[in-house]
Amino acid sequence: MKRILSWATIGFAVVYFFLPLVGMLEFSLKMRRGEYSLDAYRSVMGDPQFQATFGYSVLMACLTIVFGVLVVVPTVFWVRLKLPRLRPFMEFITLLPLVIPPIVIVFGYIRLFNTSSWLPLTGSALGTDFLLMCGYAVLALPYMYRAVDTGLAAIDLATLTEAAQSLGAGWITVLARVILPNVLVAVLSGAFLTFAIVIGEYVFAALLDRPAFGPYLVWAGGNKAYEPAALAVMTFALTWACMMLIQLATKFSKHTRMPR
Amino acid sequence: MAYLDLSGLQKSFGANQVVKSFDLGVAKGEFVSLLGPSGCGKTTVLRMVAGFETPTAGAIRIDGQDVTGQRPNQRNIGMVFQAYALFPNLTVAQNVGFGLKIAGVSAKETADRVAEMLALIGLPEMGARYPFQLSGGQQQRVALARALAPRPRVLLLDEPLSALDAKIRVSLRSEIRDIQRKLGITTIFVTHDQEEALSMSDRVVVMNGGRADQVGAPFEIYNHPATRFVAQFVGTLNTLDAVVTNAARGEVTVQGQPLQLGQAIAAGQGATVGLALRPEVVHLEADTALISRGDFALAARIASVDFLGAVIRVKAQTAAGVIALDLFNRPDAPPPPVGAEMALRFRGQDVIVLG
Repeated sequence: MKRILSWATIGFAVVYFFLPLVGMLEFSLKMRRGEYSLDAYRSVMGDPQFQATFGYSVLMACLTIVFGVLVVVPTVFWVRLKLPRLRPFMEFITLLPLVIPPIVIVFGYIRLFNTSSWLPLTGSALGTDFLLMCGYAVLALPYMYRAVDTGLAAIDLATLTEAAQSLGAGWITVLARVILPNVLVAVLSGAFLTFAIVIGEYVFAALLDRPAFGPYLVWAGGNKAYEPAALAVMTFALTWACMMLIQLATKFSKHTRMPR
Repeated sequence: MAYLDLSGLQKSFGANQVVKSFDLGVAKGEFVSLLGPSGCGKTTVLRMVAGFETPTAGAIRIDGQDVTGQRPNQRNIGMVFQAYALFPNLTVAQNVGFGLKIAGVSAKETADRVAEMLALIGLPEMGARYPFQLSGGQQQRVALARALAPRPRVLLLDEPLSALDAKIRVSLRSEIRDIQRKLGITTIFVTHDQEEALSMSDRVVVMNGGRADQVGAPFEIYNHPATRFVAQFVGTLNTLDAVVTNAARGEVTVQGQPLQLGQAIAAGQGATVGLALRPEVVHLEADTALISRGDFALAARIASVDFLGAVIRVKAQTAAGVIALDLFNRPDAPPPPVGAEMALRFRGQDVIVLG
């Protein structure tokens, strides 16, 4: 009886999660009347606006990842090594983006960095792009922080650092040649999660008026019939690809195998 | 002047003073062990030499140069850690060559030095392996090669054998000592294992409560302990109470029997002093008539017999308390049975008077 109940629960969950996806996939293939085709996907891929917004978001995602890694890895490293008492505070700070709605954050940015402020970032496209990247980094912070923190917890940080120092390495060398390579899998996990967040993000990009993929998705949803379904399927595929890459990175990381 | 000179070193963590005025001079090529119980400050002294802790007071000089304010990466000091601390993402060869790469040594020179170091530690074929593919003993040898590769001025060993099993520990300690002798590198070795300290070192520093209680050669430390702590910490010790009958001539009585010590005693007549005996200087005699003949001997009943292989540790109950003694194993002479009535004999010259 218990076994049947377990299988029934799993069956329900599968239907609940996958049925809408299957329905959406099927709908995205029905652009040509009376038969299945990839017309909706062709239409999307051929749309210059899609190419421009998707390219912009991919670029922003990459910049956000680099920015996030440069900020988060040294911070977590230093807190774990020298300021372990600050860890609960850091946990709290990095959870804030999950609690504060993005719209509040972006209005805060606009208020702080508008054209009449002391740092008028919104006055230029480049400045706004920088602001958007910072916003994305904040949104991804809970995931990046936890991924890196877990990675650093898995190595003997203090001893490895001291070993590298005794061999002549300065702080930057320690971070770049010893710490980062040993938490690369964790950093990659954080990076792929960041990528998945940035690609579909709407609020920041829309309110800062940047040509990102999120606003394009919303625009397409309101103006086209089959293409939004195709876009949703593509976005899902991209997100899942990111998740699979995390798994692959873990699997092919030679030195993270258990010692004998 | 000593090659490595530690003068007046102190270290406090908040209100807790861990190292209290520590002085030590180490000659070039000397192997010195810091021995002591947990919390005695030995690791803190080592970490101050390495540069990982800043002394609250005092100075550290290497070859006459004051390095107290230098960062760890500026000191050119090699260090081997208890937990190996090999970089998991690098191969054995890359680990050994790490310090050379940082120093900007050419690839050819690095490869030659790495090969030399791997040959020195007896792992010439292991260069392409990752640390997780090595045993604990092999990892620690690689850690030693890595520390030695950049030709450091001083080598620091922080309990490098503690994480290894007993047999490897014994073989690796002689390997470490051989390599140290071959390279003539000035070495400080931190351990809480007295056997390691006594067997490997030119000199041993016995630490207690943040101070060096005694500094000396292993023979001197073991046989002539300067303080009660050193006597009790290094080796096994039996303690007896004795009453002084003639302090200048070193005459005492133990359980009413006169005993002539090999030294004068700094105590008044009639005072009670503590005597200490190593287990190996106590002899077991089956002939209890010794006692009545007037030789110094204590009547004893065998309380326990522990067969340890080459040595048999016997504990005997006497009127002065339980006394442990060691017998060499002889296949033709089985140890005495528990409960046997026997006599314990020792010479006054072998007795340590506790301060």
